[in-house]
Amino acid sequence: MSELKSWTQIPIGGYITEPQNSVKNKTGSWRTQRPVIDQDACTRCRMCWLYCPEPAILELNKPYVTKSGRKYNLTFEINYDYCKGCGICANECPVKAIKMVPEVVQQ
Amino acid sequence: MTQVIEKERERSVVVGKVGLTTNYAIAHAVKDVDVDVVAAYPITPQTTIIEKLAEYVANGELDAEFIPVESEHSALSAAVGASAAGARVFTATSAQGLELMHEILHITSGLRLPIVMAVPGRALSAPISIHGDYQDLMNVRDTGWVIYIASTAQEAYDTVIEAFRVAEDPRVLLPVIVSYDGFLMSHTTEPVEVYDTKAVREFTPRRHNTRPLLNPERPVTMGALATPDWYYEIKYQAINALRVSRGVIDEVDSEFNRRFGRAYGAVEGFMLDDADYILVTYGGAATWNALEAAKEARGRGLRAGVLRIRLFRPFPSNDLVKRLADAKAVAVVDRAIAPGSPVEGPVFKDVYIALREAGVDKPIVSVIHGISQRTMYIRDFYELYYKLRDIASTGNVPRESLYMGLR
Repeated sequence: MSELKSWTQIPIGGYITEPQNSVKNKTGSWRTQRPVIDQDACTRCRMCWLYCPEPAILELNKPYVTKSGRKYNLTFEINYDYCKGCGICANECPVKAIKMVPEVVQQ
Repeated sequence: MTQVIEKERERSVVVGKVGLTTNYAIAHAVKDVDVDVVAAYPITPQTTIIEKLAEYVANGELDAEFIPVESEHSALSAAVGASAAGARVFTATSAQGLELMHEILHITSGLRLPIVMAVPGRALSAPISIHGDYQDLMNVRDTGWVIYIASTAQEAYDTVIEAFRVAEDPRVLLPVIVSYDGFLMSHTTEPVEVYDTKAVREFTPRRHNTRPLLNPERPVTMGALATPDWYYEIKYQAINALRVSRGVIDEVDSEFNRRFGRAYGAVEGFMLDDADYILVTYGGAATWNALEAAKEARGRGLRAGVLRIRLFRPFPSNDLVKRLADAKAVAVVDRAIAPGSPVEGPVFKDVYIALREAGVDKPIVSVIHGISQRTMYIRDFYELYYKLRDIASTGNVPRESLYMGLR
């Protein structure tokens, strides 16, 4: 999670004074459910990446070998800094490889 | 006795004494400070302000953009846009118009835009009324604006000039309302000393680099969504700015005094030095009729006084407590109602809290009067002074607001 600034450190009126500052300001804190990808069930079809409105699906050049021995050069992961938990990816996944798991309050 | 400090001043600052209604005095001040944009919609009793400003713009006396919008909601929205781009902006409204603006009032203070607005107070419908009181103003109490309540046309003229200085001060950057009696002031003519335009403009210099502005060369986003992680902090900035404005208001008032020879303070006291019974008022009619009543009561040996609240937000608790500390009994005259409150006078509640917070315990009475311009007779206030004397001697303090002038 990004650093949460105090009221004295935020620009007046909450103005956004520099373009592209969402890289610094994470927006995933209001998520109530988090998508979790089952990497063994995932077929790397890219449908979640296509549908994610944020977009918060990362397509990584990270090799992965499934339990059944299938090799992939790509891995899809979720960027939880920005994922708002809308569940569209889980809904669209043709092989139901994404589950929505309730967030728990972190103490 | 009056707190107005008349100091030596360069007489050249005053260019004339003219007969102006308070509405025209407001328009004159707006012209003198040289605003860039006026966005307003007509509503009684405010209309003659913007009629006059439209005239100034049309005949070239004021170089400003006059935006004739289709509602008060649009009026303040246009003002917000113009102010965000760096323009000096004025608007005015009353009653239902102020209510229609309501959501934008919060946006204006939250976005820290130094807009100045005149509000001649008027009763709220229903039943339909065009007449004066302060119910509209009390409804916008918690919108985060600085709020002055003037008592004369001269004070209204002076306060608009001060208001732009306060609003645009980099320590404040908040919108300001200048309110006063609808009709009883807005439409009555008083002598007003108007100042040299150059002197007024020197007093209210442009400050373009004190806040980020909408500018394609240096893009900023205003009014973006703040998630629960951020809203509280951003809102608190505006709450703190309103607190900080208190010192700036005094500073500007003193400087105004040095330049133009007038100062008003946050509260104005009359015959308070030895006063046992004090009426706390705001606005013109209530104050000046209470003062007449106080003089009559003093003529008969009752030590009566008047304390007028000029600065309503931020509330000048300390100034008020200092002036009321030695009184035997106090009544707060409200020309507005807070229905269903423990006691129904809205300003009474502030005064009560201020005194109790300071550990001052004395009989305080809430009085409602002048609703929709119900006539507040001098004798009403005169009798109120004697009622305060009885309350102080018997200790029977009314637990509910006294509705004066009600049949």
